[in-house]
Amino acid sequence: MSKEPVAVVGIGQTKHVAARRDVSIAGLVREAARRALDDAALTWADIDAVVIGKAPDFFEGVMMPELYLADALGAVGKPMLRVHTAGSVGGSTALVAANLVAAGVHGTVLTLAFEKQSESNAMWGLSLPIPFQQPLLAGAGGFFAPHIRAYMRRSGAPETIGALVAYKDRRNALKNPYAHLHEHDITLEKVMASPMLWDPVRYSETCPSSDGACAMILTDRTGAARAPRPPAWMLGGAMRSEPTLFAGKDFVSPQAGRDCAADVYRQAGITDPRREIDGAEIYVPFSWYEPMWLENLGFADEGEGWKLTEAGVTELDGDLPVNMSGGVLSTNPIGASGMIRFAEAALQVRGQAGEHQVEGARRVLGHAYGGGSQFFSMWLVGDRPPDS
Amino acid sequence: MPEVLKAPLVVEFPFTRSLGPVQSAFLTGLRERVVLGVRTGDGRVLVPPVEYDPVTAEEIRDLVEVAPTGTVTTWAWNHAPRRGQPLTTPFAWALVRLDGADTALLHALDAPGPDAVRTGMRVRVRWAAERTGAITDIACFEPYDGARREPSGHTGVFEDPVTGIVAAARLDYTYSPGRAQTAYIDALSGRRTVGERCPACRKVYVPPRGACPTCGVATSDQVEVGPRGTVTTFCIVNIKAKNLDIEVPYVYAHIALDGADLPLHGRIGGIPYDEVRMGLRVEPVWTEGARYPDHYRPTGEPDADYDTYKELL
Repeated sequence: MSKEPVAVVGIGQTKHVAARRDVSIAGLVREAARRALDDAALTWADIDAVVIGKAPDFFEGVMMPELYLADALGAVGKPMLRVHTAGSVGGSTALVAANLVAAGVHGTVLTLAFEKQSESNAMWGLSLPIPFQQPLLAGAGGFFAPHIRAYMRRSGAPETIGALVAYKDRRNALKNPYAHLHEHDITLEKVMASPMLWDPVRYSETCPSSDGACAMILTDRTGAARAPRPPAWMLGGAMRSEPTLFAGKDFVSPQAGRDCAADVYRQAGITDPRREIDGAEIYVPFSWYEPMWLENLGFADEGEGWKLTEAGVTELDGDLPVNMSGGVLSTNPIGASGMIRFAEAALQVRGQAGEHQVEGARRVLGHAYGGGSQFFSMWLVGDRPPDS
Repeated sequence: MPEVLKAPLVVEFPFTRSLGPVQSAFLTGLRERVVLGVRTGDGRVLVPPVEYDPVTAEEIRDLVEVAPTGTVTTWAWNHAPRRGQPLTTPFAWALVRLDGADTALLHALDAPGPDAVRTGMRVRVRWAAERTGAITDIACFEPYDGARREPSGHTGVFEDPVTGIVAAARLDYTYSPGRAQTAYIDALSGRRTVGERCPACRKVYVPPRGACPTCGVATSDQVEVGPRGTVTTFCIVNIKAKNLDIEVPYVYAHIALDGADLPLHGRIGGIPYDEVRMGLRVEPVWTEGARYPDHYRPTGEPDADYDTYKELL
């Protein structure tokens, strides 16, 4: 039996900010879901199932929040399930929802991911005082910075690349009304002059802490035919995982990430991602992960990713724009960040990305990862259905 | 073999919660000794209130005051109250349908014993002496055989509403690191670092976790590694982490001990922070009574060649 093509017909986000003190978690997710329904011109009754994701329960300290969010998401009397894959959860959640449609289990599925970082404490959740263990010595960025140094050593990249990424993403965010950081006076000099927190990671090269939610309506061909706006079509989607620590783990270019991308390209019939893909929304929590992931995702050969960044290829007007929305570097409600990447990819091929639209974007990659480079999830979306 | 270690692990954190309009009114009401419910599309009154209609999914904001008296719909006796529960003496957990409400609220019912509690019994709110806008403003329920009290018809609009609460979370665990890490920790007390080798891929894991994450087989073959090792990568930490008494800047490094197949993490000292480099050869520096080396310092050997550690970053 062949798979049902999956279309994205509705997308909704909250305006991401440091703290949404005016709404409960239910109120926050509701806002994104309502906007996605409006975009698709659907009502709660049109939704067959709800699939939600968020960061680990410890972050916000609400155990199984999906249970109490059923009312807010119109899920009463319908299947509702939750996906847990750490930072990649927004992507994995969208893929679980997409698979329900592809398998013909449900016709139209609401998928949503959220995080209220202002009411959460990720650092606490990730560094519990486990008896007998040596305490973490370095704080949040200390986990990532040594891997970045390893990449710099391996690739010979000049030290300025990270700042170029941050400068680009923060400028892109100015064109995205939903982005958290809107630094109107951003300059490359300001990025370079920002404090070096975990050398080689500067303050301006780190992601913010945001409150936000993102929702999508996924549907089958019948649903897509009724959609008022052009749908985005899933051309390929995959998830991969590997242990956080094992002998031979390559933190610079994890095997699970390479395998995941290869699977997506195989499904979509992509043989030369650099030429055949028009843009990418990649999970870049620290600036240097742009060139690292460009290599991991097959957009550049090993050690060559930084050259794309340096040459301006990944700029909004370059020929492989990356993080047109401003990316995780400009908006990071952890649990939602992966779904925002997936949704922004879909917005591009629908031609609905507004000021940060890439002209003529036909195929765009959405990417998420998390759990210390343990989980990967990706999808490629296009402006027309697969096999058309 | 040493006895497997065990220790208490307490995790607690004061989470903040933004209430949104409905919970804000509900908790502010409790502060003012007013119990509010919300009316749904089909005319039922839900107490405690919710923001969205469970039937239609529509936003609901029609707040309705209910009485502080009600009826127990079901209950369970709590023989041994625990930390943080509403009463310190044995009590009933009860679902109470307040007069005017269509749903029941979970709370404590103060009663002399389980024989004094029954489904259908009448109860009333016992208000806490000091109220802050929290569910604990209802100290508990108590048996009540008086007349039904009529609510005053409050609309849920208050001066100075409560908009957020602090919800303290606490979990008590007994933690055991297991056999392999117990052996590792035991060896550390003799200032030796002992890992375990995977019988399938032959890789040496330090610290050992009892199984090879790649092959999925148990490790048991103990292998002493180090004490010397190589800095494979690092960062310079310039911001002071909470609860860490280390002067910044300092170097946080991945260190591959000689004979180990993946790096462990440690601080580098005994050298200016800006002279630390990948390939630097180091050895542990112990302080009296510490379980782990305080830091690692240069051995003075020539730097390791990149090819010897490039798989150990």
